[in-house]
Amino acid sequence: MDLMLESFPKLLNATKLTIQLTLLSLFFGIFVGAFFALLRTSKYKIFYYIAYYYSYIFRGTPLLVQIFIIYFGLAQLEWVRDSFLWIFLKEPYSCAILAFTLNTGAYTSEIFRSAFETINKGILEAAKSLGLSKINTFFKIKLPIAIKQSLPAYGNEMILMLKGTSLASTVTLLDLTGVAKHIISTTFRPVEVFIVAGSIYLLMTFIIHNLIKFLEKKYNYQ
Amino acid sequence: MSLLAYGDTGWGDELFFATLMTIAVALTALAIGFLFAAIFVSFKLSDNKLLNLIGSFYTTVFRGVPELLVIYLLFFGGSGAVMYVAKIFGYNGYIEVNAFLTGAISIGIISGAYSTEVFRGAIQSIHAGQFEASKVLGLKKKIYYYKIIIPQMLRLALPNISNVWQITLKDTSLISVTGLVEIMRQSYIAAGYTRDPLFFYSFAAVLYLFLTFLSMKFFNKLEKNYSKGY
Repeated sequence: MDLMLESFPKLLNATKLTIQLTLLSLFFGIFVGAFFALLRTSKYKIFYYIAYYYSYIFRGTPLLVQIFIIYFGLAQLEWVRDSFLWIFLKEPYSCAILAFTLNTGAYTSEIFRSAFETINKGILEAAKSLGLSKINTFFKIKLPIAIKQSLPAYGNEMILMLKGTSLASTVTLLDLTGVAKHIISTTFRPVEVFIVAGSIYLLMTFIIHNLIKFLEKKYNYQ
Repeated sequence: MSLLAYGDTGWGDELFFATLMTIAVALTALAIGFLFAAIFVSFKLSDNKLLNLIGSFYTTVFRGVPELLVIYLLFFGGSGAVMYVAKIFGYNGYIEVNAFLTGAISIGIISGAYSTEVFRGAIQSIHAGQFEASKVLGLKKKIYYYKIIIPQMLRLALPNISNVWQITLKDTSLISVTGLVEIMRQSYIAAGYTRDPLFFYSFAAVLYLFLTFLSMKFFNKLEKNYSKGY
């Protein structure tokens, strides 16, 4: 019990980094996901295949491999070390965010793609016969429907990303899991630390879960 | 390419055996997960409120907490628990728990939480009329489950079980933190030895892609086979 009280402030402090990593990756991931979802709808086969293989590769390999390739692997290339990118790629923090962004971007692009694909054709025909422009159709009709459609799956992806940020601890970052591991390996009391750190994670998943539920209700037009 | 040579000069054979290790851990974890799922599905579907609560607790915790944290819990806590039991029987030495078992159990517990949800969903989507029909036919509860519910449930659950398998397979990479020599750990060793992390981690990615590709083909075939009558 003492250990739980003692480790709580340390773990809470580390939670800041976990939240930061999650939010930044999700934020960038939305744009990456939207971009590749658009590429998937392109007429040009080459763009289609780029987007297809991007999502295939990032969804088919473990996040740990991706983060290791970016953090340990890219540093090996001389032209990377000589370029301006090195400012970012030498830092574990930005490497972690890059890896998480690309990973969540792949999943997000699939979610967006299927959301746009399931839009009823009749609605689009109705929009056309009302004389709505393409831009209007996209922003006023397609996008709201697609957002509503993708909310449940995106909620899951947010939770997966939150859990995924724990891998930041493998590249020396002291996020919630990193600090938890540090306390466990110095005190050899895994159960207490697991309960505290696990509860913090569960609280965050709970918040995400309810946020999505709230948004689903808000966007429910039926 | 000489880095991948078979034998003492390259890392080909090491990586080959590491791949087998990954497959072995993933299969064991999936099996352990099914075992957990069988228990917790029955908890979740029972009429007992307390059992329901335990079932929900299990799936909520292990789907909401990062895999790494669970692995650390079992890795650092496992030998402590075993030594505690050994102490009761009068043994005071240090016992190290097998890394394979620790890894397979921790991934298995997580995989089981996902499987529980999959099987529960599949059972619940079976039409209630079948239950009534089997009651009218006077089937025993055991026969009803084994001959009617489970075969249908397997077909309905298959696409999602394929997902659970992919998650489990990818999660095994995290066991490398405990020192078990699977693909990730072997690549880490090779990368450190040759100072060529880019090549070895990329090769690890290729190996994982190959495994996920093969399993996708396998599950597609299985799905086709199971939905023959539909």
